[in-house]
Amino acid sequence: MDGAALLLSLKLALLTVAILVPASVLVARLLATHEFAAKPFVEALFALPLVLPPTVLGFYLLVAMGGHSPVGRWYEALAGHPLVFTFDGLVVASIIFNLPFAIQPLQRAFEAIPDDLRHAAACCGLTRWQSLWRIELPLAWTGLLSAVVLTFAHTLGEFGVVLMVGGSIPGETKTVAIAIYDRVQGFDMAGAGLMSAVLLLLSVAAITLTYWTSSRHRRRHEHAR
Amino acid sequence: MIAGPVAAADAPLIAAASDLRFALDDVATRFARDNRGSVRIVYGSSGNFRRQIAEGAPFELFLAADEAYVLALAKEGRTVDEGVLYATGRIALVVPEGSALRLEPRLTDLAAAVADGRVRKFAIANPEHAPYGRAAQEALSAAGAWDAIQPRLVLGENVAQAAQFALSASAQGGIVALSLALAPEVLGSARYVAIPETMHRPLNQRMVLTKRAQATARAFYAYLQQPAARAVFKRYGFAFPGE
Repeated sequence: MDGAALLLSLKLALLTVAILVPASVLVARLLATHEFAAKPFVEALFALPLVLPPTVLGFYLLVAMGGHSPVGRWYEALAGHPLVFTFDGLVVASIIFNLPFAIQPLQRAFEAIPDDLRHAAACCGLTRWQSLWRIELPLAWTGLLSAVVLTFAHTLGEFGVVLMVGGSIPGETKTVAIAIYDRVQGFDMAGAGLMSAVLLLLSVAAITLTYWTSSRHRRRHEHAR
Repeated sequence: MIAGPVAAADAPLIAAASDLRFALDDVATRFARDNRGSVRIVYGSSGNFRRQIAEGAPFELFLAADEAYVLALAKEGRTVDEGVLYATGRIALVVPEGSALRLEPRLTDLAAAVADGRVRKFAIANPEHAPYGRAAQEALSAAGAWDAIQPRLVLGENVAQAAQFALSASAQGGIVALSLALAPEVLGSARYVAIPETMHRPLNQRMVLTKRAQATARAFYAYLQQPAARAVFKRYGFAFPGE
């Protein structure tokens, strides 16, 4: 069992959730409540990581963040170390490949809130922030929970992008998914098996939690009607 | 259950070719036991490391399976100097238990085994960026078996993965580094025979300190050239230049 890799994965997943989910709340609400000409294209862009092979994403991230790119050079001048092959680079990559997992459940949840409710909130003198905090988020909480859980679980599971932009540096970019791959190559099937079982249990628990809460949520709404 | 020596987070990062996976862990354990310091070793294919170091990956020492990668980095000014040859690698034919492929050192049974169905999958490392894959391809060509075996090949991303493929029950054999065939973790489940060095270009394994190298990496670099480390390498089937 590679404890350091598991800790690194958990740290990456928590950090991704902490940065991506609040930003996604704002983006998802905007997409749910506004219509504009480029909206299908914007939604498609945010959904891309769902269908794009992780290696394609990894390739572009490597090119975009590498030592030959303006972004890579700017970051290295600023931080003193390159963005690729570092934990910081993984965080950037992780935020990008989790976009649909955070935005989509939130957007669906905000879309389910009737416009009347938002208008009523505005009529009662609530600012948009107050409306978001006191009315909309409490109603959209299952979407919020899904976004958190899916982003978290998906980060733990991501492999291809991490391998390409992170390498496999212990304590820096060697996540638990990479560690499993590494253990198999080291003929340590027991170690790989144990880590795989941990990931399997975490994933089952996470997904079950979202299904359980959303079914409870649905039942309660049906009772209310 | 962490394999290899446990290392602190500030221990220098070392990029090592996959054929060293068990031998170098062994050397690093001794290095740590002698209180000389600890290192963090990442194993992979030499070609990938060469690219990663050129991209600014934080490795302080690079042990390649093919000196061409080290010399290319030296030319680009990424390294302290041109480094030194630390070992010469050998390749071996390995077969998992139950395989009907005969262990002929000159691979004379291979084409026949493909023809009569005894070999359906055969593993080597990817010749495009793994030196041991290239050597395997050369040996297969020298044996006149390359055309026959090609449709049956499964390519490992590096030689350790090729070994793992070769010894899984889904393949009937493979050509990998002798150092992996000799590793205790592997020996239990496999039979092997070394392939003559005349069947492939020499695997001149060169190591080099990168421009990032600090004291511990330099000490490890020196340690690798001492008799104690060489004795370990020898047990894993490596030879030495000039011996």
